[in-house]
Amino acid sequence: MAQATHKGRTLIAAIGDEDTITGLLLAGIGDIDAHQRPNFLVADSKTTQATIEEKFTSFTQRTDIAIILINQHIAEDIRGILDEYSAAFPTVLEIPSKDHPYDPSKDSVLKRVQLLLGD
Amino acid sequence: MAAVRDNVFPTRMNLTITKTRLKGAETGHSLLKRKSEALTTRFRVIVRKIEDAKLKMGKIMQNASFSLAEVAYITGDISYQVRESAKHATFRVTAKQENVSGVLLPAFERDSATGGSQFELTGLGRGGQQIQKARAVYTRAVEMLVELASLQTAFVVLDEVIKITNRRVNAIEYVIIPRIENTISHINSELDEQDREEFYRLKKIQGKKKDRAKAAAAAQKETDDAPVDDGRHVRDILSEQVDEDIIF
Repeated sequence: MAQATHKGRTLIAAIGDEDTITGLLLAGIGDIDAHQRPNFLVADSKTTQATIEEKFTSFTQRTDIAIILINQHIAEDIRGILDEYSAAFPTVLEIPSKDHPYDPSKDSVLKRVQLLLGD
Repeated sequence: MAAVRDNVFPTRMNLTITKTRLKGAETGHSLLKRKSEALTTRFRVIVRKIEDAKLKMGKIMQNASFSLAEVAYITGDISYQVRESAKHATFRVTAKQENVSGVLLPAFERDSATGGSQFELTGLGRGGQQIQKARAVYTRAVEMLVELASLQTAFVVLDEVIKITNRRVNAIEYVIIPRIENTISHINSELDEQDREEFYRLKKIQGKKKDRAKAAAAAQKETDDAPVDDGRHVRDILSEQVDEDIIF
């Protein structure tokens, strides 16, 4: 199943606030493909939820992305989509941002982890 | 539920075949159970690692944000510059696979071959050192995120595989094995029934034979007793019994 689909996935995509994205781009994850589509999205207070949702969905459908990093406070806005998303590739990882400290209880993967450890 | 069984003809051969199937199902069940246990052990290790890594990540990202704040303090806003100059990813990952009892777990690794440097000239005029430092910190942070992501992928894949395996184990344990056992007991009872019928038939035949023999003996006795003449009567043995013609 998933084994066949992970070949050629080399990029890390990111959705986050300005500082997070700047830092990640400094590390060198930024990429603009042949169709002039960047693999990152800067989401600020003016970015609508629909834009984020649409971008997230398009990232999950690209076949060259291995990991999607998303700020937790942005992940909160599209929690519905995130909870529904269960594919192994690309992996969605929630990361903390500068203004929003990390809250483990909100992470959808960690929620499952704690559910499994709890029993 | 108790009467669920395979639709087979109750013969000894089918009994043997069904018994072999039962053995096969039991072997499969124990193998799958062991697989599920091995996977679960692995799964628990991963789960614990994820929990640790997620909590560690909070700290590392905090550090990283702080280093970026230093950059902002010294250099000013570099985000536009950075964003505009991002063209090709220098930080890429490759996926390799790890085999855990037949399950291929993907794991991401930083692709070192493409590790060229970007942004070397960013902040050349002012704060270059801070930018390089922030870059190093963020690179480390992303490396850790990659590690965490591969753990998480393994988590998702393993979770699914464990669910499938457990479903199979349960199906064999609660559906297939009872059904085969029912079939075996059904065949056995049918065969017993046939045995009893056969025995009864044989008994009946024997009884009939005995009756006939008794009747014949009585008739013989009667013929023996009837002609009590003078004792000189010679029995005509030849005409007494009429043999059937023997045809070869």
